[in-house]
Amino acid sequence: MSFLRTVAVVMRKDLVVETRSMEVVYTSALFAVLCVLVFAFGFVQDGRADSAAAAAILWIAIAFAGTLALARVFDRERQNETLRAMLLAPVPRPALYVGKLAGVLTLLLVVEALVVPLVALWFQAALFRHAALMAGLILAGSTGYAAVGTLFAAMLARSRSRASLLPLLLYPITIPVIIAGVRGTAALLQPDADLPVARAWLMMLVSFDAVFITLSLWLFEPTMTE
Amino acid sequence: MASADFTSLTFRDVTRHFGRRRALHHVTFTCEAGEIVAVLGANGAGKSTLLSIAATLLTPSAGSVLYGAQSARDGGIALRGRIGVLGHDLYLYPELTAAENLAFFARLYGMANVEAVVSASLTRAALLECAGEPVSSFSRGMRQRLALERALLHSPRLLLLDEPFTGLDDTASGVLRERLLESKRSGAIVVVTTHDLESIEALVDTAFVLTAGRAEPLRAGPGSLRQRYRSHVVS
Repeated sequence: MSFLRTVAVVMRKDLVVETRSMEVVYTSALFAVLCVLVFAFGFVQDGRADSAAAAAILWIAIAFAGTLALARVFDRERQNETLRAMLLAPVPRPALYVGKLAGVLTLLLVVEALVVPLVALWFQAALFRHAALMAGLILAGSTGYAAVGTLFAAMLARSRSRASLLPLLLYPITIPVIIAGVRGTAALLQPDADLPVARAWLMMLVSFDAVFITLSLWLFEPTMTE
Repeated sequence: MASADFTSLTFRDVTRHFGRRRALHHVTFTCEAGEIVAVLGANGAGKSTLLSIAATLLTPSAGSVLYGAQSARDGGIALRGRIGVLGHDLYLYPELTAAENLAFFARLYGMANVEAVVSASLTRAALLECAGEPVSSFSRGMRQRLALERALLHSPRLLLLDEPFTGLDDTASGVLRERLLESKRSGAIVVVTTHDLESIEALVDTAFVLTAGRAEPLRAGPGSLRQRYRSHVVS
């Protein structure tokens, strides 16, 4: 079976499973919304907040909700050892990785579709003023984060201490992605948006994505068979 | 015969370590097409590790595993398409229906005419009427029947079964035994680990015992499989 067809089959399966339970979307979205709400109480004074704070809180909510989603998506695969069943199939194993990544990324984007307007509303942040650039930053940042997260979550799926190990491994490595996301978003949220700086951070995120996805594709098979 | 196909499975001096723990120690055996081989042993003896290596999910620390004349590396992706595994965990998604589970794996195995394949498998498992129900609502026996059909979906040459009789009633055990005999008659190599020796007594062509990672053939002789196993363990 072709690489892209395998990706589509795995991603479709993940989305069907999620639409049956809505477990990942509900828990991740609730967590992200509560996170933004709590920070809004701390940082918003007289209906205004520092634009940099809004950027940082948006990306913290994305990172934490993403970790929750990654852990749960791979918990499902562990419970009945279905990850092993997929690894046994006569398909390129990196295609399984990309399929899982696409599924996780889709769920993360659904959560972000809820969180971004809330940050814009509660922090009075102009997140939609340069909507295309903002969407690019969120898509590229989420892709980089999910790329590393999917690899680590798959590696740790059978580990007893996966709940504590996943954030321990994931956050230090994805710090460049989070920082680039925060700096790019902050540049867009300034009263006079600094578009060249935002574009530079977007390019940085795209570079991170290329590096992280390439490394993950290379590492997925050996880490899954040992 | 397709290039990835094979008619024998050979473990040649296979050793597998997990850190300092030795799970398999210089294991050597050969199984031929049309043969049912039982791997017996206490919990922790290395049976699941042996099946994982045969399934290409683990690589040996030393020694080699040959599928016909080729290694897992030589056979690559196509070789995996000739192997079917029924694990102790059933490799099924509880949120998906019986038909969706089979269809997902049929697509992963690149099978043509997925709907017909799924329908035939559900009929064999006597689950056609429950095709649209989520697996989470199934009894253990129903799940086991479905899992067996999932493992056999692509008519594998090598069928690896880890404790397949667990939780099955007499009727379901009988159906499973019949399916294993069908696989044997169709030329599959069937390797089964179990503690339920009575269930496989009439099926097994060869048996060997794993003790602390070492494999020894079960001696032929009088008495039932369990009696011979007990006397082997005691000696």
